Amino acid sequence: MKILIVDDFSTMRRIIKNLLRDLGFNNTSEADDGATALPMLKAGDFDFLVTDWNMPGMQGIDLLKAVRADAKLANLPVLMVTAESKREQIVEAAQAGVNGYIVKPFTAQTLKEKIDKIWERIEAA
Amino acid sequence: MEHADDRSKQVLDQAEQLIMEMQEGNEEKTAQVLAQLGSIRESLLYQEVGKMTRQLHNSLQGFREDARLDSMTAQDIPDARQRLLHVIELTQKSADQTLSAVENSMPLAESIATEAGELSSAWKKFKRRELSVDQFRELSSTIEKFLGDIETDAGAMKQNLNQVLMAQEFQDLTSQILKKVIDLVEEVEGNLVELMRLTGGMFGKPESADEGSVSAIEAEGPYVPGTKAVSENVSSQDEVDDLLSSLGF
Repeated sequence: MKILIVDDFSTMRRIIKNLLRDLGFNNTSEADDGATALPMLKAGDFDFLVTDWNMPGMQGIDLLKAVRADAKLANLPVLMVTAESKREQIVEAAQAGVNGYIVKPFTAQTLKEKIDKIWERIEAA
Repeated sequence: MEHADDRSKQVLDQAEQLIMEMQEGNEEKTAQVLAQLGSIRESLLYQEVGKMTRQLHNSLQGFREDARLDSMTAQDIPDARQRLLHVIELTQKSADQTLSAVENSMPLAESIATEAGELSSAWKKFKRRELSVDQFRELSSTIEKFLGDIETDAGAMKQNLNQVLMAQEFQDLTSQILKKVIDLVEEVEGNLVELMRLTGGMFGKPESADEGSVSAIEAEGPYVPGTKAVSENVSSQDEVDDLLSSLGF
């Protein structure tokens, strides 16, 4: 499975990449904001997107909306991993069609749980 | 006070004259005295405004000439910016060092685990006397190699752990730097309050700024405990999950 990790901080991308590798996901790519990520998603065959919210250039929430608006990407599972913790933001992300929402700081266990849950729901559908 | 007494006597005289002229029905004179009274009042007002202007000017002048304020704007604030950038640098460096050490250790731990697993099953076979002499010879050389590998890998892992340990020194340094910046922010706050006190009384209270009416949802960065808008933020992943499940997730 091919996963794209989008975060403007390289340390956070490395952490997520290592956690994903530990969960058995070895095929990951990285982008540092939505504007870089979107063409990668359109060009590549990604199966899963993990994105931050607050980034320079294109924000994660706008990337999510762009993904949902794109016919080819509309069904791509999107997991938000972000420090944005306002209730209205979580509601906004949910309405935009996010599949999971993790607030930073987070644990390896939380990441595993949310990814498992997303796949469970997709397989059940 | 002599000056003020003179003036009130002058006003009193004019008032008496005003009543007299009015009683006598002398309209022209009445208007004249009224105008004189008005001009006394006006000059009083001008004097007050003049006094206040001078006070404001002196206060602001004093504020401007405050050497501390000068060094604050010229030096301390650019300094603080530099300090904060340095904090970012130090924490970034520490995170990079730690992540590298961890990434370098992972494959070592994985290969030890794999090799140990293989050896363990071979060892069990040996104990069940299922190994031929050749197989045993092979096992024995594998064990020998494994022990050598462990020695090298454990040494490398110990070095990596030391690197993680040393990478934590940023905490001490950044705390000291941040404390200095906090002190400066407090001082600037004190000065701003003083400036408000000096000017606020003269210009009246400004309309209070409209707080937090952001039209679109904007990214605000991490929630910091002890800052405003506590109830608007979730404080744990459990709360996020509850909120999402209330939305049908």
